[in-house]
Amino acid sequence: MADLLSHEELMLRLEIEDFLYMEADLLDEHRYEEWLDLLTHDVRYHAPMKRNVSSKEMDKELTREAVEMSWFDEGKDTLEKRVAQIRTGVHWAEEPLSRVTHFVSNVRLLDSGSDKVGAGEIRVKSRFLVHRNRLEDEDNTWIGNRIDTLRRVDGEWKISRREIYLDQNVLLSKNLTNFF
Amino acid sequence: MVQLTSEMKRLVDSESGTVSREIFWNQDLYDQEMEQVFNRSWLFVGHESQIPNAGDYILGRMGEEAVIVSRGRDEKVHVFLNSCRHRGNRVCRYDQGNSFTHVCSFHGWTYDATGALVALPYHENGYDLMDKSQWGLLQARVEVFHGSIWATWDKSAPSFHEYLGGSDFYLATGLMHTDGSDNGAEVLGGVVKWRLGCNWKVPCPDTDTTHGWITHRSTALALGVGATGNPVRPREDRSISVGQTRSRYTVSFPEGHTMGVTIPEEGDPGWEESGTWNERPAVREYLREKFEERKKRLGLMAHLSVGPAIFPNEGWLGRVVRIMHPQGPAMTEIWTYFFVDKDAPQEVKTELANYYELYYGPGGVTQQDDMENWYALTIASKGPVAQKLDLNYQMRLSEPPLHGPTEFGMPGLFAHNYSDENHRRYYQRWAEVMQAKDWGEMAPTKAAAAKDDWMKNGNGR
Repeated sequence: MADLLSHEELMLRLEIEDFLYMEADLLDEHRYEEWLDLLTHDVRYHAPMKRNVSSKEMDKELTREAVEMSWFDEGKDTLEKRVAQIRTGVHWAEEPLSRVTHFVSNVRLLDSGSDKVGAGEIRVKSRFLVHRNRLEDEDNTWIGNRIDTLRRVDGEWKISRREIYLDQNVLLSKNLTNFF
Repeated sequence: MVQLTSEMKRLVDSESGTVSREIFWNQDLYDQEMEQVFNRSWLFVGHESQIPNAGDYILGRMGEEAVIVSRGRDEKVHVFLNSCRHRGNRVCRYDQGNSFTHVCSFHGWTYDATGALVALPYHENGYDLMDKSQWGLLQARVEVFHGSIWATWDKSAPSFHEYLGGSDFYLATGLMHTDGSDNGAEVLGGVVKWRLGCNWKVPCPDTDTTHGWITHRSTALALGVGATGNPVRPREDRSISVGQTRSRYTVSFPEGHTMGVTIPEEGDPGWEESGTWNERPAVREYLREKFEERKKRLGLMAHLSVGPAIFPNEGWLGRVVRIMHPQGPAMTEIWTYFFVDKDAPQEVKTELANYYELYYGPGGVTQQDDMENWYALTIASKGPVAQKLDLNYQMRLSEPPLHGPTEFGMPGLFAHNYSDENHRRYYQRWAEVMQAKDWGEMAPTKAAAAKDDWMKNGNGR
């Protein structure tokens, strides 16, 4: 049986949940520059692909970061470029802007103060359901989970690493124009 | 050009430069394509680097159907239909793996790594009259070209070499090692696959030189680079202005293969000088070294790196191969293979992977906008009024293409860089294949007469 959460742990979880919901609001309200401010300068934003492999070879299911191809493998510089592209007004895939909603749930703190994260860092796992509706009738749903590493920078939580595990093999949408 | 029937000419009229929208929507034409085009053409199904060892296999597609691409104990590459000969079940359900047997999950018919039927339950008692050798998984003809694997179902099809019709000259440059040696490329792990609501032909003809300035305007504005990141060389000074660039051409073959070719010239910069690599120092240093070796091997032709779109559904973007798999008239599944030099340092491969991820594929800043347009043109062409309006491929219709510069031995029909000639030729070939009963009727007639003095005469213009 899991240990009961202490008052401090409970408060931390609420704080982290609130952070993730606030982040989702920024994305869904197209406040991308403010969203970028939530990322550390050395952030890694990685979305591996998932292969169909034997259940005995699940270690080969995910494409490996920096070695194999991913849906996304980004640093802050390229995420900033993506935001700048959306702001040009001629990025046709997001012109007009898509209607996007992020549902974030199943938030759990994985590590804090353990050797898996640096000092002042915490790992948090969550599920996402991202819905994109575009123009008249284009409609996409992406479901999966994320593992984030959050870091305290000047008293504020920042995302220093986001791993995005999308539950698709063949991507069932024509493109990926939004952030997870 | 093969004479088209009046019905086919109504759909594809190369003389007037028009194409009916029906060929992107009509279910009957689509069904005919599956038989006439996909069941007879040579199709890209993978690369040897994906299956280096005996028993290694990957899945591929030929038309709508899945195939297993497998290396047998004989070390040869075999391609066979992923459908059990017993009751039709999918035999292999994994994208990749290593196995010398493929066991059907329905009744256990078991095939080896060459597709042969090697075991079946109750064989001794129940199938005493059956000849197992006749019930292997359906074999495709296979040819390997510079590591790339091609297959066709058609026993009467010409060899892959003949099918290429001279474009092998270019295809080899796309598949070779950066240092100019014949082999040595590999596919980065993870074939990127996604579904797009457009007809499979829409992305196929190469190159569409006049779309970039507006389709990819946001990439240029936000990232300050050419639309594709210009992976091989800085040609911006020549290609931005509309008008003939001195040495860039659209090149096609009567067999339906289309590409863009820049004729190498003395003084061309090395590949490492491209601005694409400003933020990728490991790639730049690597290219500096390997391009020198390439020049020693290939001389002036070292500068040539062409990704030809091989008819019907293979295409290139830089060193990226993408295959447009049909999934119904208005749905395509694109599979994308990203190439690097097998023996490049990991740091170089990582920078290249990041580069590919930024520009190409469904998340790529460039390709996102292509997909938006391809989907939107599909939606906007659906209605009965739009369906009756032919599409326009008339750019430089009055300028017949010329044979390439013989001093370099460069094959193909060369047309203006800003021209619809490649599209016209692609759809003409499509129409020929659609109506032809056999390969005899498909034999392309060599189109324009050679003009050896074309280079001397202002590039033939």
